[in-house]
Amino acid sequence: MDTLIAWILRAIPFGTIIMYGALGEIVTEKTGNLNLGVPGIMYLGGFAGFASAYLYENSVAAPNMFLCVILSLVCAFIASMIGGLIYSFLTITLRANQNVTGLALTTFGMGVANFFGVFILDGRTATQSLVYKTFQTKIPVLSQLGTIGQTVFGYGFMVYAAIILAIVLHHILSHTRIGLNLRAIGENPATADAAGISVTRYKYLATCLGAGISGLGGLYYVLDYNQGIWATTGQIEALGWLALALVIFTTWKPLNAIWGSYLFGTLYWLYQFLPTLMGFSVPGYITDLIQMVPYLVTIAVLIVTSLRKKREDQPPASLGLAYFREER
Amino acid sequence: MTNTHHEPLMRIVKRSESTFKHKVIIRLIAVLLALVIDAMFIYFVTGLNPFAVYTTMFQGTFSNPMRFSWAMRDLASLLLVGIALAPAFKMRFWNIGAEGQVLVGALATAAVMVYYGGKLPNALLYPTMLIAALAAGALWGFVPGVFKAKFGTNETLFTLMMNYVAIQLVACCVNIWRGQASGLGKLNMKSKAGWFPQVFGQRYNINLIVVVLLVVLMYCYLRYTKQGYEISVVGESENTARYAGINVGKVIIRTMILSGALCGLTGFLIVGGRDQTISTGTAGGNGFTAIIVAWLAKFNTFYMALISFLLIFLEKGAGEIASAYNLNDFASDIIAGIILFCILGSEFFINYKPIFRSSKQTSIGKEVA
Repeated sequence: MDTLIAWILRAIPFGTIIMYGALGEIVTEKTGNLNLGVPGIMYLGGFAGFASAYLYENSVAAPNMFLCVILSLVCAFIASMIGGLIYSFLTITLRANQNVTGLALTTFGMGVANFFGVFILDGRTATQSLVYKTFQTKIPVLSQLGTIGQTVFGYGFMVYAAIILAIVLHHILSHTRIGLNLRAIGENPATADAAGISVTRYKYLATCLGAGISGLGGLYYVLDYNQGIWATTGQIEALGWLALALVIFTTWKPLNAIWGSYLFGTLYWLYQFLPTLMGFSVPGYITDLIQMVPYLVTIAVLIVTSLRKKREDQPPASLGLAYFREER
Repeated sequence: MTNTHHEPLMRIVKRSESTFKHKVIIRLIAVLLALVIDAMFIYFVTGLNPFAVYTTMFQGTFSNPMRFSWAMRDLASLLLVGIALAPAFKMRFWNIGAEGQVLVGALATAAVMVYYGGKLPNALLYPTMLIAALAAGALWGFVPGVFKAKFGTNETLFTLMMNYVAIQLVACCVNIWRGQASGLGKLNMKSKAGWFPQVFGQRYNINLIVVVLLVVLMYCYLRYTKQGYEISVVGESENTARYAGINVGKVIIRTMILSGALCGLTGFLIVGGRDQTISTGTAGGNGFTAIIVAWLAKFNTFYMALISFLLIFLEKGAGEIASAYNLNDFASDIIAGIILFCILGSEFFINYKPIFRSSKQTSIGKEVA
């Protein structure tokens, strides 16, 4: 039982990281932009959030933790949006290839985060921002209520914010005029254009806001999941790719991202908790094989959705294509 | 009333064709612009003289013959993957899985070295390594290819996920082979079985010879063969291909087997000629960088060689800057990123032409015609 609880306590935060990444990318992809720069954007968000909190803490004698949290959130969001803006300018205005631009953005974001990260590290292998304690503050009374309290209410606020965000995005995309316009552009930009929707404006907005949301995943990873520790790693990149896979897994529906991401989190930690749970120990090389499972499951889901060919499970029809008004 | 219609400040017209000179000028401007942005970045962030930094950068590749040789070694790995990806991308098959295909090729090579090294004579060992690598890479390409051809499964994410499967397989095997040791070390250290012989003083020079051959071969394959033609038709429009009687599914599967097998070959060359060992980092990100190489070169293998050289030059140069100025070599990612953004953006001015309001009506008339 303890193993199971420990497993859940690991899986949900892990899922939250990629849920932010995936939610942002869903918004982006709904307008037909396939942004493979998510790993880079998560790097930008994670680093900007960390750096702003860290610098604030070290420049003020008595830092206000609440202010610090807001500051890191805003900085992460803006930095990620700048990443999204570069991508938008190249792919929407200059009509560059989306996949290649995305990959270049991943390289760029990773470079920016790690390059400036080294200045902050200043020779050390890792530094810590104390704001993580505020990020990790559990819900006061409820988290004390036994097992359920622990597993349901025992996380930092960003876990719940992610769920609320998913619900809000679902509402916007499915039940509002803006969402309808977004989806129309993703399905057929020429038709949306003819109907008087400003394709360029929507694509820019959706891509930049989407990038901002994805970047929060990076922030959550550094300032909550990783206990505020910044170190030069390739970990965020792998998380970004997982977030992209999760988008497919959810079939572009924000609500599915909630359970989908937790499932991913569960599968990701399978290698550590399953053997203990089943009461046997496995050699290291089997652990390596178990770590394959989340990726195999994603492949299985990809195949199954392509086999079922259900209309509502398909990607936006114009995904990955640049729109040029005079080309019909 | 005749003149009241609004003409926008700027509108964009697609160019039907642009001359070679025009393309070269646009690309040169893009690279120059990138160098200026990079110089500004270097100056404002570090306060160093950008010209001095660029000079140092030059030394990363050209300061002595050994440096140049190392740059060529790394260029071979990158360019090989680029060549392997070219047919797939020309077919508009987004093979993001080169990383994994290279890794399984390397893993198969290493497995043959571990289990048959010393048991088979070298004359048999090399072919066995090669065939194993080709087969493993081909399988990694075949699986997403066949699902794409039969069911239309999204290949971008399929191939991406296959990378991680390959990484875990390599981690598993390395774990078994290293036994109690902390690391794997070079395979067959004593017998050197399966290591490439030295040519002109270096084992990896064989890789260079192979890559030169492949540049020519792949250029001819894509340009002059029936299969190459089929690939470009499928890439332009699957419907056209179908109408022309091309079996699209067959072309997709065949091309992905080829692309995967060539990635496998790269793995073979990396293990045999460069590393003599294997790790999860054997492919080293080349699988992703090579996509950019292949795309920017528009699948022309000679341009690919040029772009690979530019990227390797940047990487080496940034390493040199890092050690000379006490920075860190992630600067190369930023510099490369900015250059890529500029080159990608410049494609716009090759394919499209912006027309401003003040332009003469006659010139607009010509464009439309």
